Amino acid sequence: MMTRKSRRTFLKGAGALALFPRPALAQGAGPKVVVIGGGFAGASAARFVKKANPAIAVTLVETNPTFTACPFSNGVIAGLRPLRAQQFNYEKVAEAGVTLAIQAATGVDAQAKSVTLSGGTSLPYDRLVMAPGIDLRWDGLPGYDERAADIMPHAWKAGEQTLLLRSQLESMEDGGTVVISAPANPFRCPPGPYERASLIAYYLKTRKPKSKLILLDAKDAFSKQRLFQNAWAALYPDHLEWVSLSKGGKVNAVDAATKTLKTDFNDYKADVANVIPPQRAAAIAQTAGVADRSGWCPVDPVSFESKLVPNIHVIGDAAIMGAMPKSAFSANAQAKVCADAIAKLLGGGTPAEPRLINTCYSLVAPDYGITVAGVYKPADGVLADIQGAGGVSPIEAPQETRALEAQFADGWFKTITAEVFG
Amino acid sequence: MPMMRLTAAVAIVLASPGAALAADAPAGAASCRGCHAANPRVETPVPPLNGRPAADIASEMIAFKAGQRPGTIMDRIAKGFSDDEIRAIAAWYETQK
Repeated sequence: MMTRKSRRTFLKGAGALALFPRPALAQGAGPKVVVIGGGFAGASAARFVKKANPAIAVTLVETNPTFTACPFSNGVIAGLRPLRAQQFNYEKVAEAGVTLAIQAATGVDAQAKSVTLSGGTSLPYDRLVMAPGIDLRWDGLPGYDERAADIMPHAWKAGEQTLLLRSQLESMEDGGTVVISAPANPFRCPPGPYERASLIAYYLKTRKPKSKLILLDAKDAFSKQRLFQNAWAALYPDHLEWVSLSKGGKVNAVDAATKTLKTDFNDYKADVANVIPPQRAAAIAQTAGVADRSGWCPVDPVSFESKLVPNIHVIGDAAIMGAMPKSAFSANAQAKVCADAIAKLLGGGTPAEPRLINTCYSLVAPDYGITVAGVYKPADGVLADIQGAGGVSPIEAPQETRALEAQFADGWFKTITAEVFG
Repeated sequence: MPMMRLTAAVAIVLASPGAALAADAPAGAASCRGCHAANPRVETPVPPLNGRPAADIASEMIAFKAGQRPGTIMDRIAKGFSDDEIRAIAAWYETQK
């Protein structure tokens, strides 16, 4: 058996031979994989397809030359870290042999198997990976559109919106009211609204102690709920109030001009309003025909090939992954499984049944981390929890455990971003 | 003869241009690197797995699974794998650089 190194050396030799007229080895004659979306799912998929088989020509299509990561961006909002700590580029992805197309994907022709780019060119593919992430549904909450988001930021795509929410918090006078609206399931990063509420409450407690945060929720239950609620009772009893669905927490409409969030029972007038609206798979998924009526993309749980359109695989937040949540960890884990499956399929093989892990760290305070984990396998056409595995951090635990999980959270961010972009 | 061997190898590439060239990772192994950095330069308190003796990885995972080894999260993750799956993952990581 050859080691990986000797294989790579061998491939260099094969590449050199391509100078001779051997058609199947000529430039561009290998199988073609196009990846749409350069986030945790797409950038990982591009790299790992190339790693699985360097003979595959891989093109990554991404609009933005700089990636801004959502995990840990709640720390930016709370003033705990700079936005640049969230930002990465595609240099190493390109060095790994992936061709970059810094353009928007505007169309997918599943019959012709090609992707149209904003520049007008089209890219043929043998297999297409779609990892376009989410779109905010501007028709999902009356009063909330793109212009309203300039006044009441969502900050659910990291970047300018993150900085806008942060600067609004910084400008707010002590004694102000911050209101967050959290959507119904499913949405990107299930524990995200609760981590955000926690870290903003931390900011208020330490910087603007007469202020308060109200979290209006369209749900009665959420990820890591008891852990969050116990921590809030201990750390932020005067600064954070959660209003559940059954207590009238569902926001039915907003008025950006007055920063008002309207529920069945109350109008909440905010000094700073963070509206996290309903979401769906990004528009290109609808264009390609891989999204169903739910707005999300059903996939085979072994290869992540679309259940609606052949030769297109969907991974990350845009996909319906059964029990697996929409997280960066999940996206990266799915990408690696998908990459191996594609390499197998292009070689005429059959992908093996996978196992996937998810781990989500949340910070309740800078030195207080909590987690949820899961292990998944295909069952009944979706990814299902492996019973007896996974779950959340212990409900009762000493502060040292919480501090250790906060350190591991920091290590996780460095690891996952190095895995994808480093 | 080296040249003949190379030609034979090229013929294999020609026959199956899409064949996976890296050794297949066992089910679940790819996910581990979400926390256990493949790149040794990453600053994290989480220990790397690449190149560690398979027997060590396997015995620690099986101890996590049995609740005999305290952990923040590995106890929960280890329970998702059979002992055989754990040994396969451990054996693969031992070979990774």
